[in-house]
Amino acid sequence: MTQRFTARAVLGGSLMLLVVAFLVGAVSGAYAISLPQLWNVLATLGQGADKSPEHLVFLNIRLPRLVLGVAAGAGLGMAGTLMQGLFRNPLADPGLVGISSGAALAAGVTIILGAWLWPVLPRTLGSWTLVLMAFGGGLSVTLLIYGLSRSEGGTRMALMLLAGIAVNALAGAGLGFLSVMATDEQLRSLQFWLLGSLGGARWSAVLLVAVAVLLSCVAARSLAEPLNAIALGEAQAALLGVDVERTKRRAIVVTAVAVGAVTATTGIIGFIGLIAPHWVRMVAGPDHRVVLPASALLGAALVLAADTVARTAMAPAELPLGVLTAFIGVPMFLWMLRRFRGRI
Amino acid sequence: MTAVQRDPMALCCTGVEVRLDAKTLLADASVHLSPGRVTAILGPNGAGKSTLLSVLAGQRAPTQGSVTLDGRPLADHGMQALALRRALMPQESAVAFDFTAQEIVALGRYPHRRAPVHDEDAIVDEAMALTDVSVLAPRILNTLSGGEKARAHMARALAQLWHPRPDGATRWLLLDEPTAALDLAHQHSAMRLLRAWAGRGVGVVAVLHDLNLARRYADEVVVLGGASGGLTQGATAEVLQPALIEAVWGTPCQPVTSADGTVQYLFG
Repeated sequence: MTQRFTARAVLGGSLMLLVVAFLVGAVSGAYAISLPQLWNVLATLGQGADKSPEHLVFLNIRLPRLVLGVAAGAGLGMAGTLMQGLFRNPLADPGLVGISSGAALAAGVTIILGAWLWPVLPRTLGSWTLVLMAFGGGLSVTLLIYGLSRSEGGTRMALMLLAGIAVNALAGAGLGFLSVMATDEQLRSLQFWLLGSLGGARWSAVLLVAVAVLLSCVAARSLAEPLNAIALGEAQAALLGVDVERTKRRAIVVTAVAVGAVTATTGIIGFIGLIAPHWVRMVAGPDHRVVLPASALLGAALVLAADTVARTAMAPAELPLGVLTAFIGVPMFLWMLRRFRGRI
Repeated sequence: MTAVQRDPMALCCTGVEVRLDAKTLLADASVHLSPGRVTAILGPNGAGKSTLLSVLAGQRAPTQGSVTLDGRPLADHGMQALALRRALMPQESAVAFDFTAQEIVALGRYPHRRAPVHDEDAIVDEAMALTDVSVLAPRILNTLSGGEKARAHMARALAQLWHPRPDGATRWLLLDEPTAALDLAHQHSAMRLLRAWAGRGVGVVAVLHDLNLARRYADEVVVLGGASGGLTQGATAEVLQPALIEAVWGTPCQPVTSADGTVQYLFG
């Protein structure tokens, strides 16, 4: 027997967690804003008259960071769910199998070598350059991992994780190589890819990521029911009338867009795509119609909570966000390995 | 002994050959299946029974030969249209994630999700009652025994084909060793269930290993893997003669008549 909560309860609960994480994140930080002050800022939004310090801090520093956190968490939570549904495998995390580091390597190459290799690229693509390159890196890795680990009746979990180790090692080596050529300033931004941070939140970049993640989430909605059928195996899903190839193509592209956009702006934030769907499945069951939206909400809440801790725990120093998510995610992953060891 | 009556609603394959790399899984198979009948596909291990079934389901395209449904090539029907009228119960099926038995049976309604009927939930419940898995509904499918899983997958196939098609298209229920994991009582109740569905016009095609079940419940049998490598199709009582059984399975066979008049076989 299983004790499960209804879809409504799970979605409502995740949304509430997100709202709480958002509010806590909004009021805490180097410059503390009290709840009444926050309310005052929100109430006078758009009137433009008030230029109090809390107003400036909230709108220019804190809000873009919160929005980036929501977009990053939602994108990673949703992408993790899609990968796990497609691979029929609860351990398929975009970070573990190397999609994030593929995107990060592509972004790193663009930053360090872009101006030298393709001087025309940034001029034609503008601020999209980094996102598109990261998308390309993420897409290549997804296709590679899928091709390698796929077998009759699903993907081989061990192969998938081993391929992930290889890709992560390659990305680490690649970023290390790039760091030799990098200037001091570039070196700091490379470090940022490896550890993950919401510190780079500027409105222009934030909006770009938010739009990319929002579009991915909309596109992912139509994949929920086919992914449920694919849990029976690709052959059985095809017999139920699922266009398996089309579902796979879409899931891979949507994942690469979301992970690419997020990673291009925040660096590698690991384990959110693993933890959020897993926790949702524990309380809601595996139905993707619930797991997809709830993982997006819970992923957003987790990233906001982790970022608030990262900003405040050792203030004024800032902890890297990816380090924090790894501290939560790695024990969780090991526990899952133990649970699923019979199937690896 | 190939059935010769030409039924426009039939599921047929002609001269079908399936090769995988250098291996021939099925050679020169021609069968003609009519709706409203229970057909058992029989044969020793590796004779190509499951391959034939997957070809008839449209799951595997033959290397050579043709498959037709209602006189049209099977591939021309389209997988979505086929899903509304043809279900395949797999021999074994590993399900990812902790879906409950009820959720798995409900996936049988997937092809109908664009045009649901008013009693979608009732269909799932009734299909589960038919295969005696109602009490297992909230259990995680992967934690069930082999026989319980098989009955849940059978309920899923039944749910998929629940209502007659509004356009009158015949429904086809294909099953790969549906009784292999079942206990004695469930083997017979499952076969009676298949007979009842055939009585309602559904074409039932089941791969079986138990010749006595086939003898008792199948109208027709298709025997694969004979000494000549050929295929024999015909009425059950005519085809399943001791001489053929000994030739195909290499096991001495002695027919006996049970109390209800059905011929059964003793082996060895």
